[in-house]
Amino acid sequence: MRNLKLGLMAGSMALAFSAQAAEVEVLHYWTSGGEAKAAAELKKMMEGKGNKWKDFAVAGGGGENAMTALKTRVVSGNPPAAAQIKGPSIQEWGDEGVLGSIDAVAKKEGWDKVLPPVVSNVMKYKGQYVAAPVNVHRVNWLWVNPELLKKANAKVPTTWDEFFVTAAALQKAGIQPLAYGGQPWQDSTVFESVALGVGGVDFYKKAFVQLDPATMSGPTMVKVLETYKKLKPFTDKNAAGREWNLATSMVINGKAAMQFMGDWAKGEFLAAGKVPGKDFLCVAAPGTANAFTFNIDSFAMFKLKDAAAMKGQNDLASTLMSPAFQEVFNLNKGSIPARTDLKMDKFDECGKKSAVDFKATAAKGGLVPSWAHGMAMKSATQGAVYDAVTQFWNNDKMSAKDAASKLAAAAKTK
Amino acid sequence: MSTPNAHYGFAERWLPRLVLAPSFLLTLVFLYGFIAWNGYLSFTNSRLLPNYEWAGLVQYATLFENERWWVAVRNLGIFAVLFIGGAMAIGITLAILLDQKVRGEGAIRTLYLYPMALSFVVTGTAWKWMLNPGLGLEKLMHDWGFTSFTFDWLVNSEMSIYTVVIAGLWQSSGFVMALFLAGLRGVDDSIIKAAQIDGATLPRIYWKIILPALRPVVFSTLMILSHIAIKSFDLVMALTGGGPGFSSDLPATFMYSMAFTRGQTGLGAASAMMMLATVAAIVVPYLYSELRKDSHG
Repeated sequence: MRNLKLGLMAGSMALAFSAQAAEVEVLHYWTSGGEAKAAAELKKMMEGKGNKWKDFAVAGGGGENAMTALKTRVVSGNPPAAAQIKGPSIQEWGDEGVLGSIDAVAKKEGWDKVLPPVVSNVMKYKGQYVAAPVNVHRVNWLWVNPELLKKANAKVPTTWDEFFVTAAALQKAGIQPLAYGGQPWQDSTVFESVALGVGGVDFYKKAFVQLDPATMSGPTMVKVLETYKKLKPFTDKNAAGREWNLATSMVINGKAAMQFMGDWAKGEFLAAGKVPGKDFLCVAAPGTANAFTFNIDSFAMFKLKDAAAMKGQNDLASTLMSPAFQEVFNLNKGSIPARTDLKMDKFDECGKKSAVDFKATAAKGGLVPSWAHGMAMKSATQGAVYDAVTQFWNNDKMSAKDAASKLAAAAKTK
Repeated sequence: MSTPNAHYGFAERWLPRLVLAPSFLLTLVFLYGFIAWNGYLSFTNSRLLPNYEWAGLVQYATLFENERWWVAVRNLGIFAVLFIGGAMAIGITLAILLDQKVRGEGAIRTLYLYPMALSFVVTGTAWKWMLNPGLGLEKLMHDWGFTSFTFDWLVNSEMSIYTVVIAGLWQSSGFVMALFLAGLRGVDDSIIKAAQIDGATLPRIYWKIILPALRPVVFSTLMILSHIAIKSFDLVMALTGGGPGFSSDLPATFMYSMAFTRGQTGLGAASAMMMLATVAAIVVPYLYSELRKDSHG
């Protein structure tokens, strides 16, 4: 009898304990230096609120592996509380009927007031918040090692013509001009910046947001492709398959002078103890000073059955949007907060510039979604366009005209 | 007396079935059940996750229009022919040479067989370093003074599939050698001796007597190698990641990226069915001929 009582007590205590410490499992793919630091901040804050953090990190920069892991979990009926999903993919997951609403938290905290509509629209499925944004990345950056440019007596390029002058000068001085990572998503990241710089905002929107076939195969696109291919002689042979952060470290270590990459690259510079403005420069990719390709990281929330887990999920949503988290997270990640009501005092030069440009371009219409980072197209279409771009980059025999018609064909993929 | 006998009969009849039942059931569900499921999915419009609305042959039509699929198929052709042919040729040669009663045969055999102990992932990663122009062979040659030496197949989109062949051959030739060596040892010595007495040369003995006697070994080796070739996935993923671009894609990597990273589950399922059809086209005639032979005694 005594034993039974003891057993019951122990059992009920265990139950009470598990109800308090909800385990919040979060799938993300922040595994490189600066990113991992940012993820650790989130973990600390969630544990501060009495939740148990269960890390579900899947390596692979573009998040492809993470999505595979996620699908298996969702199909098996055991989704994590939240997963790093962004852009039109949120709608795709919403269509599958597996996302849970966090509208109550969002209403209580007034998310609609602090998020620009271009951001909040992406986070809603059928009018309800199903995801929380954590940051805004600018993708059209050019990272520069100023010391190497000085050595070659070259200046920071602001147009594509200037870029090729600078690159030629660097090459003449025996310096590799461009650090390049040859993975399909990186090919597309660079290509996207070239398209924005050469074609301009209207062309970009028509081609990659509206997927207009005539624009996709038109003369401007041919020019974009030609400019893109002209970059190849300024990269090294070993670029094929290289991870983006290895390319960034080439710029950090002075092995190459420049890299086209989103501002997550800044996290790598900072993690290596480099100072913006002095050890490295962040400038808009040539010809894109008045435009801003955005890539917003967000966490989509999955439908859960367990009440304790749902409470943890709401805690997570509220933590992700809290000013404290948005600040500390973005300081580490290299991006800027999705909330527009925060002071940018603590941010470095690149962050401040990015925040100013974000608001300015949003007002003037230069704010465009980054298709290379899943903000403009569905994953199938995006994948097909990736294929066309990467095939053109790697095949030296393909003409720009052929590539343009391949792009147009790829854009029709549904 | 009758009772124990009856018990024995019961156990004898039912025990094997009972013991086999779980594995039979598992095979039925997890192999044939899933094949059927996948087959059904290939006729649906499944996107991110499976759905079960019948859509007919749409996915197959999309598949056959997809350029990347045909690159993958062509690569499989190149890979299968060179990999199977190469591994057989190298394996048989090594086995015949080792069969000449050389000294230290055990050590040499282990040496050649050892790559088989490594998984394709390790093989792929190791060869990725060796074939990388900036790290491996090419750099070594440059460091030694042969500055005109180039070997950049790994980063060349037209040659990348051949690097997969190289790594595959390295891994599997030793295994083929071991199979053939075992077969060679099984050939009756007296026949060879008789042939020698008749004055046949050694190459002639191999060509006319021993190799024909190894027919079953040849067939089972072909079976194993061809199914390795068709399902080959990890080697490509580790070695080239399907790149540069998608130039070293095989049907298996194509299927993976469509089904799991592109939100085109239906298309992935269709490509998987095409792979299954390819395997079936090889295996079914073989099984048929083997089984028929058995029944004739």
